[in-house]
Amino acid sequence: MAKDKTIVEDVNRSMYDFRNEDKDAYRFEEGLTHDIVEQLSKEKNDPEWMREFRHKSLDLFNEIQMPDWGPSIDGLDMDNIVTYVRPKDSKMSATWEEVPDEIKDTFERLGIPQAEREGLAGVGAQYDSELVYHNVKKEVADQGVVYSDLESALWGEHADLIKDHFMKLITPNDHKFAALHGAVWSGGSFVYVPPGVTVEIPLQSYFRLNAPGAGQFEHTLIIVDKGANLHFIEGCSAPKYNIANLHAGAVELFVGEGAKLRYSTIENWSKNMYNLNTKRAKVEKDGRIEWVSGSFGSHVSYLYPESRLVGENSTSEFTGVTFAGKGQNLDTGCKVFQSAPNTSSFINTRSISKDGGISTFRSSVVITANAKNSKSAVNCESLMVDDISRSDTIPAMDIRTPYADVGHEAKIGRISDDAVFYLMSRGLSEEEAKALIVSGFADNVSKELPLEYAVEMNNLIRLEMKGSIG
Amino acid sequence: MDNNLLEVKDLHVNVEDKDILKGVDLSLKPGEIHVIMGPNGAGKSTLGYSIMGNPKYNLSKGQIFFDGEDITDEDTDKKAKKGIFLSFQNPIEVPGITLGNFIRNALEQQTEKKIRLWDFKKQMKGALEVLNMDMSYAERDLNVGFSGGEKKKAEILQLLMLKPKLAILDETDSGLDVDAVRTVSIGIEEYVKNIGGSLLIITHSTKILEALKVDKVHVLVDGRIVKTGDADLVDYINENGFSFVTEN
Repeated sequence: MAKDKTIVEDVNRSMYDFRNEDKDAYRFEEGLTHDIVEQLSKEKNDPEWMREFRHKSLDLFNEIQMPDWGPSIDGLDMDNIVTYVRPKDSKMSATWEEVPDEIKDTFERLGIPQAEREGLAGVGAQYDSELVYHNVKKEVADQGVVYSDLESALWGEHADLIKDHFMKLITPNDHKFAALHGAVWSGGSFVYVPPGVTVEIPLQSYFRLNAPGAGQFEHTLIIVDKGANLHFIEGCSAPKYNIANLHAGAVELFVGEGAKLRYSTIENWSKNMYNLNTKRAKVEKDGRIEWVSGSFGSHVSYLYPESRLVGENSTSEFTGVTFAGKGQNLDTGCKVFQSAPNTSSFINTRSISKDGGISTFRSSVVITANAKNSKSAVNCESLMVDDISRSDTIPAMDIRTPYADVGHEAKIGRISDDAVFYLMSRGLSEEEAKALIVSGFADNVSKELPLEYAVEMNNLIRLEMKGSIG
Repeated sequence: MDNNLLEVKDLHVNVEDKDILKGVDLSLKPGEIHVIMGPNGAGKSTLGYSIMGNPKYNLSKGQIFFDGEDITDEDTDKKAKKGIFLSFQNPIEVPGITLGNFIRNALEQQTEKKIRLWDFKKQMKGALEVLNMDMSYAERDLNVGFSGGEKKKAEILQLLMLKPKLAILDETDSGLDVDAVRTVSIGIEEYVKNIGGSLLIITHSTKILEALKVDKVHVLVDGRIVKTGDADLVDYINENGFSFVTEN
C-alpha cells in the first residue's frame, strides 16, 4: 500500500511549557546601551576590571556584524531583548527550604529535588538570571572542590584565578554574541577541581529561562587542575513564549595536564528560542575532554562545542544528538583544533529531523603542522522521519601535516518500514514503534548519560515523536 | 466455518503489482497445528506477512477472519492485540531497548496494564529456562548482534511471554544447527501444551515438526493451496518432493 506523506501534528509540550507569573521587580528598559551595562555592573557588584570588560564588550558588540553563514536569525530583534531579569527575593540558598515557593514549584515540576535525593553532588540551578539554589555536598567541598556561582566567586578566594581565565578562551572578539555575552553575562557556575582530585559524583546545574523577552547569558567557568577528574552536567529547559527569546551563554573549560573532564548537556529550549551558545575547552598534555550533548527545542540553534588540543597526547571525544522538529532549524556540530603532536579527536553525532525540521551537522577539524601523528575520526548519521524534513552535513577539514590520520563518515537514512512492522507485530502502535526506533538511533548519547538523564531524553524523544502517524 | 480461530477466504495478494497469492483458502480451529509447505517462491512467507498485515503486501481480494471477526484491514498492532503472533524469518535488530524491556513494553501495550517488575522477572526466568537461555539475554539490546540461532530463540521467547492465541512461525527452523532446532522445538511444544496455542507453521524442512502433533498440511504452489492432507503428507513430501503437485 502506497503511503501518503506523513503529516504530523504539533507536539504537545505542555509537560514542559509551564511558567510562573512574571512578578520580577528588576527589569531594565528594552534595548542595550552603556547606561544599561553600567547599571547591570552596579547591580552585580562587579570588580572594576569586570565593569571595564563589560563596556569594552558592548563596544565590540556594536561593531561586529551578525553572522551571515548559518540559519537566519532575522527574527531576533535585539532592541526587544530585555537582558536582565531576576526573580524577586532570591539570593543564594543553601537549603531547599529557603527557596521561594513559586520557584520551588517550577523546579519540582522539573524534577530537581528528586534528582537531589538520588545523590547528586551539588545543584546550582539558575532561575532567570540569578542562582537561587545552590548546594555542594560536604564531602566534595572537603576535597577542596569549589562549586559556586560566578558572581560571588569574583570576590572569593579564587578571584585572581577567575580573572586569569574569564573569557580568555572565548573572547568578546570571537563573534557578535560572544561580545554580547561579555557585556551582559549574568549568573552561571564556577568550578575548580584541585590537582589530583577525582570528583566521584557528577556536579549538576539546571538552567532555566522564565520571563518573557528575557535573554539568558549565563557563564560557566570550569578549571580542572592537573590529574583531576570531573563530570559536569548541564540541563536546560525553558517555557514557551511568543516573543523572540535569546540564549547566548558561554562555557569555558580548562582541562589541565593529565586531567579529565566530561561535560554533559541536555538542552530543551522552547520553540521560539534563538540558542546562540558558545562552548570551548582547552586541553593540556595528556588531558581529555568528553562532550556529551543532546540538543532539543529552540527555533534556531548555532552550537559547536570546540576542543582545543594544545598539549601532546591530549584527546577529545564528542558525542551528540540533535532533534529538529516543526519550525526548527538546528545547526549543530563540533569543532576541534589540534595543535600538538599525538592528539586525537573523535566525533560521533546523530541528527533527527521531523515534520519539516532542518538539521545541519557542521564540523571543523583543524590539524596544524605541529600536530604530527594526530588522528581525527568524524562520524555523523542522520535520520529523516518523513518526506518533508531536511538534513545536511557540512564537514570541514584543514589538515596541515602529512603525518595525520583523518577519516570522515556520513550516513543518511530513514526509518525502516520493516522495523516498524516488526515492532507493530508485537502490539506496539505505529507511533510507539517509531519513537522506539528514534530513541534507539539516539542511543550513542543516551548510553553516555546517567540513567535519570537518559530517561528524560527518551521521554523528550517520545514527546517529540507523538502524533507522527503516517 | 463455525468456531474457526483463523479463516482465510479467497485471499489475493500482490506486491508491487506482482501477484503472489492467487486465492488462498484456509481455516484453522483453536488448538490445531497446521503446516504450510511448498517450493521456494510459492508465496508461503507472503501468506504469513499478509495475515499479520505488513503494509508492503496489498490485499486485492478476499477476507481474513480471526475469532469470528473480520480483520482483513486491521492494523498490525491491533491484530497482535487480538492474539496473532508472527515469528520472523529475519528478526530486525533494534538498538536502544533491551530484549527484556521490549517484551515488558509489548506485554503492557497488549494487556493495557502495568506489569509488576517482580512478576515479569519471574515469568521471564521461567521462559528463559525453557529455552536454555541465560538471564543475560534479557539485558541485551533487541536482536542486536544476536547470532541467527539467538534471534530465533528470542522470537520463541517472545512467543512464550506474549502467549498469543495463534502463532505463525515463518521458517523458524531455517539456518539452525541440530541443538538449536531442538531448543526451539521444546519452546514450541511448551507453547502448545501449556499455553494451549494454535500454530501455523511455514517451513521447508520437517525437523521442527517431529515433536508436534500436526493436524493438517497444506501444500502451497504458485500462490494457491494445491493439496491439503494430514501429517502423513509431510513424510510423503520428504521422500518425493513437490513434483507430484507441480507436474500436474
